[in-house]
Amino acid sequence: MPHDGAVENDADRKRDYVLRTVEERGVRLIRLWFTDVLGRHKSVAISPAELEKVFEEGLQFDGSAIDGFSRVQESDVLAIPDPGTFELLPWAAEDEPSGIMFCDITQLDGTPFAGDPRQVLRRNIGRAREAGFEMYCAPEVEFFYFADANGGVPQPLDGASYFDLTTADVSSDLRKRTLHMLEALSIPVEYSFHEDGPSQHEIDLQYTDALSMADAVMTLRLTVKKIAMEQGIHATFMPKPLNGVQGSGMHTHLSLFRDGANAFHDPDSEDGLSVEGHGFIAGLLHHAREITAITNQLVNSYKRINEGYEAPRFISWARNNRSALVRVPIIKPGKTQSTRIEYRVLDPACNPYLAFSVILAAGLRGIEEGYELPAEAVHNLHELGPDDLAELGVRPLPSNLAEALDEMEGSALVRDTLGDHIFEWFLRNKRVEWDEYQRQVTPFELERYLPSW
Amino acid sequence: MDPLLVFPDPPPPELAQALDLGGWSWKSCGDPDAAIAEEPDEGWAGAVVVADVDPEAAFALCRRLRKGEMPLEPLLLLVGANQLEDLELRDDLFDDFCLAPVRPVELTARLRHLFWRTGRGSRPDLVEYGPLALNVETYQAAIDGQPLDLTYMEYELLKFLASHPGKVFTRETLLSRVWGYDYYGGARTVDVHIRRLRAKLGEEHAGLIHTVRSVGYRFGQSRWGMPTG
Repeated sequence: MPHDGAVENDADRKRDYVLRTVEERGVRLIRLWFTDVLGRHKSVAISPAELEKVFEEGLQFDGSAIDGFSRVQESDVLAIPDPGTFELLPWAAEDEPSGIMFCDITQLDGTPFAGDPRQVLRRNIGRAREAGFEMYCAPEVEFFYFADANGGVPQPLDGASYFDLTTADVSSDLRKRTLHMLEALSIPVEYSFHEDGPSQHEIDLQYTDALSMADAVMTLRLTVKKIAMEQGIHATFMPKPLNGVQGSGMHTHLSLFRDGANAFHDPDSEDGLSVEGHGFIAGLLHHAREITAITNQLVNSYKRINEGYEAPRFISWARNNRSALVRVPIIKPGKTQSTRIEYRVLDPACNPYLAFSVILAAGLRGIEEGYELPAEAVHNLHELGPDDLAELGVRPLPSNLAEALDEMEGSALVRDTLGDHIFEWFLRNKRVEWDEYQRQVTPFELERYLPSW
Repeated sequence: MDPLLVFPDPPPPELAQALDLGGWSWKSCGDPDAAIAEEPDEGWAGAVVVADVDPEAAFALCRRLRKGEMPLEPLLLLVGANQLEDLELRDDLFDDFCLAPVRPVELTARLRHLFWRTGRGSRPDLVEYGPLALNVETYQAAIDGQPLDLTYMEYELLKFLASHPGKVFTRETLLSRVWGYDYYGGARTVDVHIRRLRAKLGEEHAGLIHTVRSVGYRFGQSRWGMPTG
C-alpha cells in the first residue's frame, strides 16, 4: 500500500502543477468532466480564480439534475477534480486556452458517491489490486459519420469499403484531424482504418489501465463528435444505425498484470494461457448473460448482436474464430507480454466505467472460484442450428434488452459490482426505456402490415 | 550543475524521489572516503545528509566535509524530530536542517534558499537539451520554442529523462524514480507514458527518447558517443 505522506505530497504536487500551468498558459476556463450513470458526458466550467478553492473543497452541485445521481431530498454532491487528468483542450481558440479535468464525485462528507460510475470503477480496480492484479484495456471503437442526423434518417457520407483510399474523402480528413486531437489529449491511437460499412470508421486505442481507458473512451466519443460537428457532420456511436449493414462494436482487448508481468501468460501451457487466463475467460463466459445489459445498454444494441457479422451471438471462446464471444489473439513469438483476450460483444454506446467494472468483476470471479473453462469453439457458430448449439452446450447472449435486464436483475455479482444505488436505478430506468419501445409502431410494421391488413 | 553529495548510500527512497522530482543532480556516498574519492572536478555543489538512520556516521561525515581546507557548503541536514537536541553545539556542521521524512516541496525550497544565501549560484531552473527546454520552476516545457501540453506524469517523466541525458534507465528504475509510491500498473505504465510523450513531442522530435532493446529507455545521445539506434 502507498505511504500516506507520499501520496499526500504527490497530490499537492499534481495540484500545484495544474495551478501553475493554468497561470503560465493563461488558461481562461477549466472544464470539469464527469459521467452520468448512462455514460453521458457532463461538463461544468469554472474560472481559474475558482480552481484552488475547488481543489480544496470540491465543487458543490445539485446531483438530482444528473441522470442516476441523487434523489431530490439528498441531492447535493461534490465534484473533486483529478489533477492527474489535466489537459489543455487542443481545439480551444488560441486567445482562450481551456483546460479539462475528470472528476470523482463524492458526498458532502467526502466519501465516494454511490451514483458515480468513475467511483464504481475505482472500487473494482481496488478489489483487483487487493488480489494483486491490474487490468489493461485496449478497445477498438467503431462509429459512423452521417451527413445529417435531422429527421432521424441517417445519410452515409460515402460508399467506400474496407481499406479504401479515396483522396477526396471528407471522412478521411476528419479522421486525420481527430487522431491528431486524440494524441494531443494523451490518447495514443494504434490503428485507424475504414471499416466495411458505408461511412463507418474504427479507431483502435493503445492499451492502458482501466480507469485511464474509461476516461479515454469518454474523451474519444466527445472528440469524434466535436470534430465532425465542425464540418457539419454527425458522428454516432449508436450500435446499429443502418438496416442490413454491420453495426458499431467496441471489441476490447484485456489483460491482467501482476508484479509487472502478464498474468495471462504461461509458457508451459498448450495454448499459452495461464490458469488465471483460463479462469478469467471462464468467469466472463459464466456471467456473460448477466453483464450484457451493462456492456450493451440500448434497445438498439441487440439489433447489432442479432444480426451477427462481427458481433458474437453465442457464449463461447476460441483462439482463431471471430464468431466467438471471447477470442484469444495469436501472439507473435517472443511477445508474451502481449498475451491478452478480446471481449467482442461490447458496443461503443456503453458506459465504459460500468462496462469495464462488470468485465473485471466477472473475470476475477472466474479466477477466484476456479471456474472450469468450457471447450474451445471450433465451428463458425453463426452457421450452426439451435440443436447443434445445444449439443455443444453453447448458450446464446440475451436477444433483447428486456432479457438482458432479467438476467442482470438476478445477478448477485452485478449488484455487488455496481452497488445497490446504480444497480437499482439502472434497472428502473432501462425497464422504462423497454416499455416505451414496446409501445412503438415501427416502420417495419407499417411497411409490412399497412398495405395488406 | 555539479551533483549534490547525498548520504547515506543508497539514500532513503523517498529522498531519492524528492531530489529527482526537484530536478537535482546528485550522487550518494556511504562514508567520508567515498565522498572524497567521488568528488567531481569542480567540487560538490552541496550536500544533503540524512542523520536519523545512523547519526554518528552522519555527523562524522559533516565534520570531515566542513573542517577541511575548503568547507563544503551548503549542507542540509535531515534529522528526526527526536534528534533536535543533537543539533546543539553542532551549528557549524550544517547550514540548515529539516525534519525527516522530508516533503519534496520543502526540500526544494530549502535547497534553493541555501544556494541563494551561500552564493553558489542557484539550481538549474532550466533543463535544456537540443530543441527541448523545461522550466522546473514553472512546470512548463517547450520544444523549438513551442509550448508542450503535457499531463503531470508526462511532464515528470520528461523532466527526469531530460535531466539525465545519455543514461539508460530500466522501466523499473523509471517507475520507482518518477512514479514513486503512486503507481500500481507495473512496467507497462512506463511504456504507455513514453508512447504519449513521443506523440506530444511530434514526429520530428519523437526520436529524442530512444528505446534500448530489452533494457529500457534513453533520452538523447548515448554517453559513449555510439550512434543512436
